[in-house]
Amino acid sequence: MTNQNNCIIKIEHLSKAFGDKVVLDDINLDIRRGEFVTLLGPSGCGKTTLLRMIAGFLKADSGVIAMEGTDISDTPPHRRPLNTVFQRYALFPHLNVYDNIAFGLKLNKVPSAEIDSRVRKALKMVSMTDYEDRDVNSLSGGQQQRVAIARAIVNRPKVLLLDEPLAALDLKMRKDMQMELKQMHQELGITFIYVTHDQEEALTLSDTVVVMSDGKIQQIGTPIDIYNEPVNSFVADFIGESNILNATMIRDREVEFIGHTFECVDEGFGINAPVDVVVRPEDIYIIANAENAKFTGEVKSCIFKGVHYEMFVETDKGYELMLQDYNAFEVGSTVGMFIKPSDIHVMQKERTCNTFEGKMTSPTTVQILGAEFECGECGLQAGEEVYVSVNFDRVELLDNKEDGTVMGEVEFILYKGNRYHLTVLTDEGEKVYVDTNDIWDKGDIVGISVAAADLHITKRV
Amino acid sequence: MKKFFAQSYLWLLLALLYAPIIIIGVFSFTEAKVLGNWTGFSTKLYTSLFSGGVSGGLLSAVENTLTIALIAAAVSTLLGSIAAIGIHNMRGRKRQVITFLNNIPMLNPDIITGISLFLLFVSIGLTQGYITVVLAHIAFCTPYVVLSVMPRLQQMNPNIYEAALDLGATPFQALRKVIIPEIRPGMISGFILAFTLSIDDFAVTIFTKGNQGLETLSTFIYADARKGGLTPELRPLSTIIFVTVLLLLIIINVRSRRAARKMENI
Repeated sequence: MTNQNNCIIKIEHLSKAFGDKVVLDDINLDIRRGEFVTLLGPSGCGKTTLLRMIAGFLKADSGVIAMEGTDISDTPPHRRPLNTVFQRYALFPHLNVYDNIAFGLKLNKVPSAEIDSRVRKALKMVSMTDYEDRDVNSLSGGQQQRVAIARAIVNRPKVLLLDEPLAALDLKMRKDMQMELKQMHQELGITFIYVTHDQEEALTLSDTVVVMSDGKIQQIGTPIDIYNEPVNSFVADFIGESNILNATMIRDREVEFIGHTFECVDEGFGINAPVDVVVRPEDIYIIANAENAKFTGEVKSCIFKGVHYEMFVETDKGYELMLQDYNAFEVGSTVGMFIKPSDIHVMQKERTCNTFEGKMTSPTTVQILGAEFECGECGLQAGEEVYVSVNFDRVELLDNKEDGTVMGEVEFILYKGNRYHLTVLTDEGEKVYVDTNDIWDKGDIVGISVAAADLHITKRV
Repeated sequence: MKKFFAQSYLWLLLALLYAPIIIIGVFSFTEAKVLGNWTGFSTKLYTSLFSGGVSGGLLSAVENTLTIALIAAAVSTLLGSIAAIGIHNMRGRKRQVITFLNNIPMLNPDIITGISLFLLFVSIGLTQGYITVVLAHIAFCTPYVVLSVMPRLQQMNPNIYEAALDLGATPFQALRKVIIPEIRPGMISGFILAFTLSIDDFAVTIFTKGNQGLETLSTFIYADARKGGLTPELRPLSTIIFVTVLLLLIIINVRSRRAARKMENI
């Protein structure tokens, strides 16, 4: 079992809740020795919580963190053979650069001659030679971060944890530090676990990217896998720019979306199956000659982005697509477009309609989402437990929150070419998915209502 | 012209505030027995104060005052710092409530604190004397130490304690090597504050000193004045105390200004 020996950290069924809010939900993760792993996700996805648990600053509610085969869940942080680089550096202000870096070595009673040579080596590693006697408060942000990295690696940890270490630096500095970190990882050969919300940084640095959202791991893979083969619309939307569209898999290697049928390379979804399709903006080829194109459209906007132009095109069937090309096309002009089969990525739909668990409160009313909804006569008696399904486009969102049967907050917005797919979080913490043409903003408080005829009720057994 | 009036208003105000102290200071340099009579410049009261020309009562009162202040300041600095760290680690409502509870004794009139402590000591049957005065002074000084340590904790990067643990420090080592050095300026200011408050106190002391003959400077002067006329040597003594307290306050202010400037540079 070479694979077993190679695994330095094994996380099994790790869960954590702060009060009612679940921040980590059954996390399973294997980290190989010497790997550069990035935990990537939007703020509040649980990535920092996971890192803090690996470091030992937080205790899990349930689950196991094992390091080299031994359970370290109950080991206090000072006995764990790993070190952390904090987001806000967390240097000791009363100590100079040298004493900051020597802090861990002195605690471990390393002989002073050895401390001296190791501190100097660490400083050299982060290109801060001759800064030993400087007051840490007099250093710039980038320099402080270098000292923080030196302070961690000087202890030769088995695993180095980095919590958004470059977030506070300016762009140019960040790019330089990224390259240095990658080089440092190669030279030291220790495992790096890196937390960031910057997808570009994650793709640039990592061997493995772990995409997280809502306390769950969405996808684990190499940067190339994550970019080219996202498993769901969240990952596709979060990593890079993308067009995410509703589609129908007509048969193997043939998919229909934006009103056209395309050849693709995906198989095994079945016949006439509803799926999601991801097409990266740079993978849509655009030509001025509309005649030989697969489909046509009208350029709605064209913005210069440095290397390329970013354009929005309304297709002949009324869908909006984002495109990137080295050439600019005039706004208002008609253009032709085509997509290569290998650039179409087909994903299983996570869901095709809302399904709620509920209970009949009378023959014509049902209790779901913590409120009572009119549902019409369905032949069921009060007290019977039911499943209620509602199509995405049958959920009505209302500006005036008091007008809805329940209240919710718009949590996530996905544009699907011709409509928005929203995730609305109700007061009770349940998710309602809504397809709409109306424009809502993230964080909007809305009223949710559903017409009686649109509630499809089946008995739960 | 407007500026002139504004200036003179300020000086008038300051003159009114400091007049009594200045009078004591000025009249400490004359020999007259009665305050207000100027019989020419002399430092005789000062020499007499230091060469034992005064009753033993006054000197022992000074000694009591200083030792009580030192003990009370040291103990309340320790207790207050620990309490501040505890409060700092609390969250939300609990922290608000405890901070509020910490502030009440500071707003409470000294006389009430004194009577309450007197009743407490009587009811638990503690003989009143040196120990009870020290305990009472610790009780009213501690909240001030908490108040002067808290801002240091709030300014501190919350991750540095974790960073110390991460680098292999036990929680106690992290406290000693990282937290204490960070809050030390607040602890020193708190100590100085507690020391001056203790020296200054009269109301609490008079109620807790018992009747075993213990006197601090303030109670001694009070008793002395009631016996008929102040001992003239009290004038130089008051002047010395005032100058000492003034120096301590200047030190506190300079320290906090320097700390603020250091923060700005970061």
